[in-house]
Amino acid sequence: MPLLTLENVSKLFGRFAALRNFSVTADPGRLYGVFGENGAGKSTLLRIIAGLARPTAGTLRFSPAGPRLGYMAHASMLYDELSAMENLRYFASLCGIRDKRRLEGAIASVGLDPSLERRVGDYSQGMRQRLALARAVLHDPELLLLDEPFSNLDPDSAAAISKLMSGWRDAGKTLLVVTHQAAHLQTIADHSWLLRGGELAAQGTGISALSAGAA
Amino acid sequence: MMEHAGEKTVAMQLRPASSSASLVRTTISTLGKDLRLEWRSKDALNAMLFFALLVVVIFSFAFEPTAEEARRITGGLVWVAFLFSSTMALNQSWARELRHQSLDAFRISGAPADALFLGKAIGNFIFVALLEAIVAPLFVVFFNLTIAQGAGALLWVFVLGTWALVVNGAFFAALSLRTRSRELMLPLLLFPISIPALLAMVSATSAILTGEDSPTLGLQFLAVYDIVFTTVCLSLFETVLHAE
Repeated sequence: MPLLTLENVSKLFGRFAALRNFSVTADPGRLYGVFGENGAGKSTLLRIIAGLARPTAGTLRFSPAGPRLGYMAHASMLYDELSAMENLRYFASLCGIRDKRRLEGAIASVGLDPSLERRVGDYSQGMRQRLALARAVLHDPELLLLDEPFSNLDPDSAAAISKLMSGWRDAGKTLLVVTHQAAHLQTIADHSWLLRGGELAAQGTGISALSAGAA
Repeated sequence: MMEHAGEKTVAMQLRPASSSASLVRTTISTLGKDLRLEWRSKDALNAMLFFALLVVVIFSFAFEPTAEEARRITGGLVWVAFLFSSTMALNQSWARELRHQSLDAFRISGAPADALFLGKAIGNFIFVALLEAIVAPLFVVFFNLTIAQGAGALLWVFVLGTWALVVNGAFFAALSLRTRSRELMLPLLLFPISIPALLAMVSATSAILTGEDSPTLGLQFLAVYDIVFTTVCLSLFETVLHAE
């Protein structure tokens, strides 16, 4: 049974349709690549699934109901004036997590030093990106929504994040990964969707939606 | 299985396992985070302090009141200065949540919305109270006031009056978050609704400073105002937080 089902989901901003009659399903323990040009509706799709935006029409279903959601947006969702640990401690408290080792583990898992006392505002874009990813997975989400997780990362860091994603998928999590850098998903994506003008232009196994959409 | 369609609120239905986070714990976390952010940046405190000091100095030179006049007008001047200054802290505390979309992280966390509101309101109460502790003595000096009697009552006016400002301010600052001119919108929304409380603060403060009247009625009004508006803001805040 799919973890997530979208049926004819549309999202209008005034007269502009960011999503039009979008219908897909996502199975548990699978990694989905979400591709498309700027303005194709990818981020809107993730925001609707995350519950941050309401669909104008259509149906969104989770089975089982109310899965734990992890969401990483374009923006870091972090506070510049706090350190990595202080940021994660705050977000962990929102989820009722108080185990310090878990926070340290989350920071270390993305290749950062948990003892680093620098404020996040002084981090490089790449470090901020990795910490944002640690924040998104802190509460062990069942469904992980990642919007451009590879942006600002050097090739080695991007490869490490790809490996992490693969591990999360193997551990049973469902991942929806929006990216313009499809090469990073080439070996780990189970399925892909290509959006064009707010519609599902193509879908297929691996990252084949890209080539199917181009044909 | 959970389903929703069209205009139904999604955010309310996607509560993850973190819904067990208690109101008190999340309020304390949010308050601690806001205090730490302000301590490090001092954005709100510096702006408020600078503005309030300007008001004290300008009013003092503009009016040059006699001792008698000073006792009559200071109540109004003090509270107008604190009302205007508080909007700076209120705007700043919510602007931080938007800067890197941190507010979205709160929205999907499933943590109680009331905790965010209370954390913000208490945080701003502390900031404005700190400002009052610094600026109020300056009013005493510049306007040559004596508070021989009624210091306890005056403290209550400050506590209840400040809460009246920040509880509505925290709510309307959140309401105006997604508007284009949110810094302009906050005073437009906050000032009219604060007028009854402002009148009570001014009358109670003037009553204490002049000694001609009792501040009891003003204090009672402020207490009722605080209870009513705290209740209303708490009951509506979740809707405001999850509005698009």
